Amino acid sequence: MGNGTSIGRVRGLGSAHSGAHHWLVQRFTAVGNVILTTWFVVSLLLLPNYSYITVHDWITKPVPATALGLMIVCVFWHARLGVQVMLEDYIHEAGSKFAVIAILNLLTFAGVAFGLLCVIRLALGA
Amino acid sequence: MATASTGRKARPLSPHLQIWRWGPAMAISILHRITGNGLAIVGLTTLLCWLGAIVGGPESYAKFAAAAVTIPGRVIFVGLSWAFFNHFASGLRHFVLDIGAGFELKENALWSILSILTGILFTAAFWAAILLR
Repeated sequence: MGNGTSIGRVRGLGSAHSGAHHWLVQRFTAVGNVILTTWFVVSLLLLPNYSYITVHDWITKPVPATALGLMIVCVFWHARLGVQVMLEDYIHEAGSKFAVIAILNLLTFAGVAFGLLCVIRLALGA
Repeated sequence: MATASTGRKARPLSPHLQIWRWGPAMAISILHRITGNGLAIVGLTTLLCWLGAIVGGPESYAKFAAAAVTIPGRVIFVGLSWAFFNHFASGLRHFVLDIGAGFELKENALWSILSILTGILFTAAFWAAILLR
């Protein structure tokens, strides 16, 4: 395998030298997810019950709110990279691929924005 | 060759799922993709609904809690928890494979099966811890 033709590289169709970066960030975010989702699941198990008051009081504390905010960023980032790989594998037409990845990016930013807004609102006393 | 004359669109494809003999590594690989994308789409949507319900106040949280204990709600939550623990276990397996270890046939099959079993075991333990307290 060569590095693709010049025009192929420009269009991102050949070896664009961005594959390793995607792969590495998938791993970096996976490490973050191991820590943050373990914290999340253990915290849920340690809550005495799941009433509104219990859950609300827990989330509004500074450390849980910070960790939850970090988890939202890390998990959405990891999910966005993973969904991109799935879409690239199953959508073969270049135009459709561009369109769905554009939609994926918008949905990811929207999801992270909503999640962080919720956590910040709760942490600052909604 | 017929494929050559029709141009770029008819390039030969590599054999797909139905061609290969099923094995543990293939099963865990496909499960990793299914659970990962399931978590991304259903899991993150549920997470945002939960957060939105808490921000909305006691009434909206009560609605979310009521929906969670319906039959479809239980299926989604049990499914998400299994998807999470399965993806977590096979994700750890990926870290091991990434350093170049665990590719010998028997060892690879063993850890593939153990990843699947770990996912099921942790799901059972998670719900046991919640329901039996």
